[in-house]
Amino acid sequence: MIEVENLTKFYGPTPAIQDVSFAVEKGEILGFLGPNGAGKTTTMRILTCFMPPTSGRAMVGGLDVQKDPLKVRRKIGYMPETVPLYTDLVVGDYLAFVSRVKDVPVRDRGRKIDEVVEQCGLKEVRGRLIGRLSKGFRQRVGLAQALLSDPEVLILDEPTVGLDPKQIIEIRNLIRGLAGSRTIILSTHILPEVGMTCQRVVIIHKGRVVAVDTPANLTTQLQHSVQVHLAAKGPAEAIASRLRAVPGVVGVRAESPVNGASSFVIEAEKGRDVRAELASAVVEGGFGLIELRPLALSLEDIFIELVTKEEV
Amino acid sequence: MKNVAAICRRELSSYFASPVAYVVLMFFLLIAGWFFYAMMSYFSLISMQMMQQQFRGMMPLNVTEAVIRPLFGNLSVVFIFLLPALTMRTFSEEKKSGTIELLLSYPIRDGELVAGKYTATLILLLIMLAATAVYPLFVGWASGWSSPELGPLLSAYLGLLLMGASFLAFGLFASTLTENQIVSFVITLVTLLMFWVLGWAATFVGATAGAVVNHLSFIQHFENFAKGVIDTADLTYYLSFIAFFLFLTLRSLESKNWRA
Repeated sequence: MIEVENLTKFYGPTPAIQDVSFAVEKGEILGFLGPNGAGKTTTMRILTCFMPPTSGRAMVGGLDVQKDPLKVRRKIGYMPETVPLYTDLVVGDYLAFVSRVKDVPVRDRGRKIDEVVEQCGLKEVRGRLIGRLSKGFRQRVGLAQALLSDPEVLILDEPTVGLDPKQIIEIRNLIRGLAGSRTIILSTHILPEVGMTCQRVVIIHKGRVVAVDTPANLTTQLQHSVQVHLAAKGPAEAIASRLRAVPGVVGVRAESPVNGASSFVIEAEKGRDVRAELASAVVEGGFGLIELRPLALSLEDIFIELVTKEEV
Repeated sequence: MKNVAAICRRELSSYFASPVAYVVLMFFLLIAGWFFYAMMSYFSLISMQMMQQQFRGMMPLNVTEAVIRPLFGNLSVVFIFLLPALTMRTFSEEKKSGTIELLLSYPIRDGELVAGKYTATLILLLIMLAATAVYPLFVGWASGWSSPELGPLLSAYLGLLLMGASFLAFGLFASTLTENQIVSFVITLVTLLMFWVLGWAATFVGATAGAVVNHLSFIQHFENFAKGVIDTADLTYYLSFIAFFLFLTLRSLESKNWRA
């Protein structure tokens, strides 16, 4: 449905994205993950024909965004970051305006507007000025306008930013409910979001694609070693040297002390459980073992690992 | 066409939802009313004096010449200061608030966008002009419908409309250049003033250059309309001015495609 090939965009001499390539299948939810300034918004702006790429190609539904911008825009529902809306319009009037410019047929307009108002939970604020709405409601108005013309493709730039936890869950469920019939690209810098909503993840950092995979695959792929968290009473160096001597331990990293206890993150060889050995090493050394627990590699770690690897 | 109407409607509802339209209209009518009152009072004073001095038979004073024409001349100057306030927000505000990004993600052509916004400002201009119709109507009522002469009045209105439309076209263009409304306002105001006073140079730059400068200036062309003369040269001047700056507006919008 969406194909992006070697997309590059320069702002003056600074590259915003370089050689970005990925593809999204029909009905898929793709997560676009990266820290602020990674190039997520730039990529999305190119896809929505807001600006052309310096080089490379982006296709939406088989149409080139540079050659057929009008047709591409008909297929797309876009929700920009921090949803810019006309603050001096009433929600209902705004949606009516959007339905007109988005070519919703006259006889369907009323029904379609009712539908998105219902979907996005805007019933109570329909008659209110957008400028007076809370951030959460504005965000929903932004989503509502993106959904209005039943677009095949939804491009959502940080859709859950600034919402309270309850609203975030609602919006996520809404987005998940849209999958299947629509192709969705969703950008975020919040990791758990991707794991919860997306089938595939593109991790982008400093304008380059660092990884493309399913959240599950990324997790296993990165579990090349097992990490254990350990806290013990006693001098940090002495404990660390004892821990290093345990067979199977690849690395020991001192963390900041917790409640007066030295704490460490210990990395062990893949597939080897060293917890028992670690415990006895600490106890035999005469230090008081306080805590010992395995660390699961969350998507957050993957993200940090991936993006920091780039920098080294 | 549907998109043009939708954008125009949206623009107008923004104008009327914010104080912009009301403030511009109210202050325009305030100053127009003052001009009319001052000129009318002066006119009746002079008429009174002439009657007392038995000049009656010589040359009757003409309301069209003495009140309507200078009134319209003054209104055209007022436009230079007020119309930039209508156009300054058109694109600047959308750029500043970011709404342009969303607007351009809809299937709208740049041409439709410009046409819609321009039409909205034109409608406001028409409302302003229509509101000034009270003054000629008052003169007509007071004179038992013998004056003002309809022909010159309509031609003066046409001149004012064309000039206002030219100002709006330039203002629209200036608004695409910046996301700062004040910058857009100042660019428009000063450029329009320059076009206005350009004619002054005609007297000292020599015959050929003088003719060019005179032709470029707003004053000369407006004078003809105010006199009741509709010359194709003047019509062409205003229409080409409008077309030129609407064209530049479009180009300026497109420039986002190649500007880094």
